[in-house]
Amino acid sequence: MNEYLNIFFVILRRDLTLAFRNKSEFINPLMFFVIIIILFPLAFGSDSALLKQLTSGIIWISALLATCLSLEAIFRSDFEDGSIEQLTLARYPLTLLVSAKVTAHWLTFGLPLIIVALLTGLVLSVPSQTMLALLITLLLGTPVLSLIGAITVALTIGLRGGMLLSLLILPLYMPVLIFSMLAVQNATVGQSIAAEIYFLSGILVLAITLAPITTAAALRIRLS
Amino acid sequence: MSLYKKCHRWFHQFASPKYFYDISHIISKYAIVVCIICFIAGLYGGLILAPADYQQGDSFRIMYVHVPAAWMALFVYVVMAVAGGIGLIWHIKLAEIVARNSAPIGASFTFLALVSGAIWGKPMWGAYWVWDARLTSFLILFFLYLGYIALQSAFEDRRVAARAGAILALVGIVNIPIIHYSVEWWSTLHQGSIISQIDKPTVHMSMLIPLIFMVLAFKTFYVTSLLIRVRTEILEYESNTSWVKQLLRDYKNVTN
Repeated sequence: MNEYLNIFFVILRRDLTLAFRNKSEFINPLMFFVIIIILFPLAFGSDSALLKQLTSGIIWISALLATCLSLEAIFRSDFEDGSIEQLTLARYPLTLLVSAKVTAHWLTFGLPLIIVALLTGLVLSVPSQTMLALLITLLLGTPVLSLIGAITVALTIGLRGGMLLSLLILPLYMPVLIFSMLAVQNATVGQSIAAEIYFLSGILVLAITLAPITTAAALRIRLS
Repeated sequence: MSLYKKCHRWFHQFASPKYFYDISHIISKYAIVVCIICFIAGLYGGLILAPADYQQGDSFRIMYVHVPAAWMALFVYVVMAVAGGIGLIWHIKLAEIVARNSAPIGASFTFLALVSGAIWGKPMWGAYWVWDARLTSFLILFFLYLGYIALQSAFEDRRVAARAGAILALVGIVNIPIIHYSVEWWSTLHQGSIISQIDKPTVHMSMLIPLIFMVLAFKTFYVTSLLIRVRTEILEYESNTSWVKQLLRDYKNVTN
């Protein structure tokens, strides 16, 4: 058990180091996230009443789009230099290695994204109740995005065109988006958001349990 | 021979492409007959015999296309995922072929359900489309099908494509309960299911019986069109084997 934990942290540290050495890889998706958010006030005008209603939805959609762009980084460099094949041959379960890589992705993308979302929310003057709901849903939702995303990345890795990835992934993200937006809307009108939070937590638990197994299976298929 | 062994043997025999090619010919012949009879009976019962609805008038009759198409859209997805799973676990080629060929048919059913719903929605709700839980979740289902088809065409090797597709289908199956229960979980504009209880349906018999015929017609239509596609792909897949070559030789002899 301890050995497995050690391996998990070794892979995690390796991926984090790689991400910090190659800063553009993890800053670019965040910049993309901010730029999409900025586009909305430009498109709809700076009428603050309309924007206030839309802001939390805008933040969530920008998060989804930015995730699509950042996901490829989970396996791409490892696939190109062949280290992913070494990982599948290792005597440790691939599920464990995959979950370490997904954790690294969330730490370098999901967590900074939540902080950036908090800042943009404050700048765009989102009311505090809505902001709280938004943060909770992002906190529960972004790990799910990384976990489910890893499955589709593993399936499409090495195939031409990043369009396919977005095409496969966005329908799978819709349940998360639906429940998150329901929570945010309920919070805005001052209702309880417990039901949606439970649902999102359920999805998260399910994703943590099953997604790494599925990702490992998908990787094996791609490398067979 | 024990029952288990018999079942086991039958299972493997059924999964062999040659045996399936022969038996599916017979199945599809009967299925198309049942399909035509049910289709005529259902349409006659639904469009002519059934009385007009007291609220919706004659517009309700689109239900005879809409409801079976929507059911089949969900059903075909489950078939696709289960067949994909069987192919993934036991490496049965036939299951992979069934999964792959179900996708375009299921996508068509989903499209039909969406379009017939939109045509019905215009006079009833005053809009072709509303952003309602049931409608949106069906649109998701449509995109799941399209994503599956896109993934299939992205791979050169069919067997790898089938296994990758199976994983995607199994992940997407999480959405099926959400779609199915969306009418009950959220208060939506879409009306609830009319046949939730078999013993006490909330719809009159004269309207229900044609619907059952239509459901049977759609189901047998799916079986027929699936088998035609599967048989074609089996021939393509097995084109190097002796039995297919023999089949082609026989066919040439007959046509000459």
